[in-house]
Amino acid sequence: MASNRPSAHLPIRPTGAAVIGRARRRVDGRAKVTGQTTFADDVMLPRMVHCRLLRSSVPHAKIVKVDISKAQALAGVHLVLTGEQFPTAYGILPVSHDEHALCRDVVRFVGDPVAAVVARDEATAEAAVNLIDVAYEPLRTFASPIDSLTYPEPRIHDYGDVGNVHKAVALQFGEVDDAIAKADHVFDDLFFFEGNTHLPLEQHATVATKDADGKLVVYSSTQTPHYLHRALAKALGIPAAHIRVIATPNGGGFGGKSDPFNHEVVVAYAAMRLDRPVKICLNREEVFYCHRGRHPVLMRFRAGVTNDGKLTGLDLQTLLDGGAYGSYGVASTFYTGALQTVTYDIPTYRFRGCRVFTNKPPCGPKRGHGTPQSRFGQEVQLDKIAERLSIDPADLRLNIVQPPDSLTANFLRVRTIGLSDCIKKVVERSGWRDKYRKLPHGKGVGLACSSYLSGAGLPINWNDLPHSGVQLKLDRSGGVTVFCGATEIGQGSDDVLVGIVAEVLGIDPFDVRAVTGDTDLTPVDLGSYSSRVTLMMGNAAIQAAERARELIADAVSTKLEIPKDRLVFAGRRVCDTEDPNKGCTFQEAVCMAEARFGTLGTTGSYTPPRSAARFKGGGVGPSPTYSYTAAVVEVDVDPDTGWVTVPRVWIAHDIGRALNPTLVRGQVEGGVYMGIGEALMEEQVFRRLPAKLSNALVHKFPSILEYKSPTSLDMPDVITDLIEDPDPAGPFGAKEVGQGPLLPIMPAVANAVYDAVGVRIDSIPVTPEKILRALEAKAAGKPARSGPASFPDILWPETLRVTPPWAGGDGRASNDPDRPTNRNVDAGVEARAAKAAWEKSTS
Amino acid sequence: MMRLPSYRYRAPKTVADAAAWLAESPAETMLLAGGTDLIPNMKRRQQTPSTVIGLRSIPELTAITRGQGLTIGSGVTLTGLVHDARVRAHYVGLWQAVAQIATPHLRNMGTIGGNICLDTRCTYYDQTFEWRKAIDFCMKKDGDTCWVATSSDRCLAVSSTDSAPALIALGATVTLVSAAGTREVALSDLYANDGMHYLTRRRDEILTAVRLPSGNGWRSTYWKLRRRGSFDFPVASVAAAARFDGDHIVDARIVLGAVASRPLEVPAASARLVGQALSNDLITAVADDAYALAKPMDNTDFELVWRKKVVRSLVTSALRELRGDDMREARTKLARHPLIVVS
Repeated sequence: MASNRPSAHLPIRPTGAAVIGRARRRVDGRAKVTGQTTFADDVMLPRMVHCRLLRSSVPHAKIVKVDISKAQALAGVHLVLTGEQFPTAYGILPVSHDEHALCRDVVRFVGDPVAAVVARDEATAEAAVNLIDVAYEPLRTFASPIDSLTYPEPRIHDYGDVGNVHKAVALQFGEVDDAIAKADHVFDDLFFFEGNTHLPLEQHATVATKDADGKLVVYSSTQTPHYLHRALAKALGIPAAHIRVIATPNGGGFGGKSDPFNHEVVVAYAAMRLDRPVKICLNREEVFYCHRGRHPVLMRFRAGVTNDGKLTGLDLQTLLDGGAYGSYGVASTFYTGALQTVTYDIPTYRFRGCRVFTNKPPCGPKRGHGTPQSRFGQEVQLDKIAERLSIDPADLRLNIVQPPDSLTANFLRVRTIGLSDCIKKVVERSGWRDKYRKLPHGKGVGLACSSYLSGAGLPINWNDLPHSGVQLKLDRSGGVTVFCGATEIGQGSDDVLVGIVAEVLGIDPFDVRAVTGDTDLTPVDLGSYSSRVTLMMGNAAIQAAERARELIADAVSTKLEIPKDRLVFAGRRVCDTEDPNKGCTFQEAVCMAEARFGTLGTTGSYTPPRSAARFKGGGVGPSPTYSYTAAVVEVDVDPDTGWVTVPRVWIAHDIGRALNPTLVRGQVEGGVYMGIGEALMEEQVFRRLPAKLSNALVHKFPSILEYKSPTSLDMPDVITDLIEDPDPAGPFGAKEVGQGPLLPIMPAVANAVYDAVGVRIDSIPVTPEKILRALEAKAAGKPARSGPASFPDILWPETLRVTPPWAGGDGRASNDPDRPTNRNVDAGVEARAAKAAWEKSTS
Repeated sequence: MMRLPSYRYRAPKTVADAAAWLAESPAETMLLAGGTDLIPNMKRRQQTPSTVIGLRSIPELTAITRGQGLTIGSGVTLTGLVHDARVRAHYVGLWQAVAQIATPHLRNMGTIGGNICLDTRCTYYDQTFEWRKAIDFCMKKDGDTCWVATSSDRCLAVSSTDSAPALIALGATVTLVSAAGTREVALSDLYANDGMHYLTRRRDEILTAVRLPSGNGWRSTYWKLRRRGSFDFPVASVAAAARFDGDHIVDARIVLGAVASRPLEVPAASARLVGQALSNDLITAVADDAYALAKPMDNTDFELVWRKKVVRSLVTSALRELRGDDMREARTKLARHPLIVVS
């Protein structure tokens, strides 16, 4: 009998595993169901005091005066803080360190924190906050990107590209203008995607304290303890080695707990000052002000298309409303243009993106980070192309799916791609061929696809350190403890970690204890963002576990005189493959190893492969591998009112390999749920009061009642299929599932509405008002559409020109000052032929 | 989390005690039943009574008694009503309205009296103190301007009760008790079309009961528009009740919800319906009557122009259901639930 243990490295065999691939109850499930899980707000420490923040009531103003004397005098108040105590700026991206824990000179949105009170209880702190007197000198309110493009002064920040433009980028891959000009058809479409927010059920909370010898300890509901660790060190001027960050399990993150936040810095400072534990738990309104959610994006897609439905070139412009701070915004901007090419064959491509500052809560990364907006535009445009060319939208896509093991025009490396299988699966399961264009008026189906990163290829702080580290501790008890900095945000990362270690060592997941998200105890993992944890932590865990297995095998082989290559680890035993009765228990095996090698401990680490992109901006988009999804959405539209409901969704996701299918399906369905919310109702929108009467610019409804997110009654039936084609880059072949399945839902809904009633809703969310307006326009003989009418003229920077790989490009920009050679490349059909020849020569 | 302001809490055991205590300082005192409206409002400092009188310990408020019709104590929970067989059997419109209020959890706490007296709502008003400060407050609380329509000299907050339109359509009256005495008024007369002074209840009065006349011969229905299948307040609704003699209508009332600061009766519709059978043309004419009367404002979810248009469709659905058309599919799409009484 051959070993049935899977090897972590090639060849991957998806059969025979004892833990991997089996549907299991997640390791943290029991505690979550019984209420035992300790979330940040559950942390209660002796002598703990409470913090509340005073937030700006004006959208944009200079701070003239902050009088804290009355607040300080209130009985029960321990400490009142203002921006004076926080001179050092911090931020998530090294290029955007533009935040202070409390505003010092200027407030930039309603909700920007100005002062903090620490008191014996929350009510006292709240009362004291109301006693703080702030005088403001109003500045112009920037309510929209058009305001920010129109008025360069006053600048919301004194950094950024120009005026109130935070970042403008322009990249070109091949002669896209020629390619579009020579195409049989040109499609020029405008889209808008409204902003929305994460809406985690758990509100952000943090407790800070000193440990026994006076070092800082911070418990926080953060997805990124490592980045919080760095930010605290910088903002407080305390060496990172003297700070311990413990990421408590998050009650939902979705990207909303990925930035270091004001309140975390404030309570850390207060705990050090007061020598007492200090807690803050934000209320729901404050969570809306932390935001960092989906950017509102205006888009223009200009595509050249051949008669048979192939793309010759794509010219994309995006305009992002960034809100008041940088956050991940530079990355978000690049992401609006990064992933178009990894789904479909696009031989020439130009992307120009612009993010502006406005006086609203900062936007940042929400599930799908920057890609759902342009994914919506691309997939709806493809639907329009299919209709004009009389090609079935499924066939149109199947004809242009990017080939596996290819390099895209913008130098992204596509490895396995299960997109065609995903499309075929949802087409078959939904009965697409019998429904599309065939359902009665008012009913329709729509199809859309997507892809997503399995982890960002580059770290936020560029360095050559591992992205994920795992340590393993084994001892004579037979128990195994695995340590990793990864953070459980509900996605199931603890379960993945435990499952992988159990699989490699042939033991039960219950034998493995996971310690995660603690900067003192666990090796660094960059955090739960960019769908990176399963792939990166998983590969590191395999390496650590295989190293442990190697030590144990050495010891057992010697002691029991079994050749090492005949040893198998299974069923809590280590035994001879040729004589399974010959062997020992796992615990005995660990004892042998401990006796032979001394105290046992192994490590594993993971660093993604280097990207082929060498141009400026090429750092956003590369990933070890990409996941793919296709979805068919069925809608029901009342032609009299525009009322729209979604009874059913069919979705297929290319997961590579499902490590725990229960969790994978949960993530797919959770993505569909969030996608339905974004598609139909969710909007982070603002009220600008009449300018003659007021400067006010406020969040329209920062409450969980009035910010509309679907209830369980609104959730459609979801028919989920997993496409499993193990990817060599992933642990046991796994790819991501946390973000990708969200992405096709919004365009699929819009496409289905068109199939149902023949109107195009080119802006998200797809609301009944928009549908009815479009239906009325159609009835009046006007364009049957609801969506943006124009894209503003933006002064783009000089376009960086990168020659695609098939035209001889090396991944660098030809007009990079360091490399002035400017290759003359073919356009249009010629570019396509060159690409095909290149692919043939490299396959 | 958001914290309540401090206040004095009193828990009488009888209506007489409650009325006497309320009479001590009616302007500074508020009544608490389920608390699902008042408590969040107090946390947001929309209401800051110095005394709160809790009505939960008064047994006489929680009874449903049968006479000619039905008398419902104001402290009966919404869940209690949903599960009451008499309500389901004889007052379908009320049952459909109450079953669509908020969520199951909130219905377990909220009472019929509370829903009748529900504060009018507005997206400029149902906000925290800090948010309202950022717009310099509004007319309804701490400010001067109605931001819904800055030229308006009255508050335009919207009546958001689901039960009241249904009850008015069914001809309900309410009992108001004060230390000075007891009076019975038509529920319709309890309301005024003013977002701030939306109740004619005096501040020293307690709404103790709702009385429904016999439901014999009546058919009733309630159609509610809201964004989601659970949770949301109405953004437009219609209650319709009609007494039939064969195919012909003998008496009828159509009441609109969430399109004014009070439940809005459509008298023209009632007049038009009496003596007629429900033909498609008649239904269209009544829907037009309602459409003409509805004045939704920009004070809640959805665009006001669209809300007004949907009133026509809601009235049409309601009347078709009274006629006996099978409306389950349309109902399920709108409410995510068929809301059909299975007998």
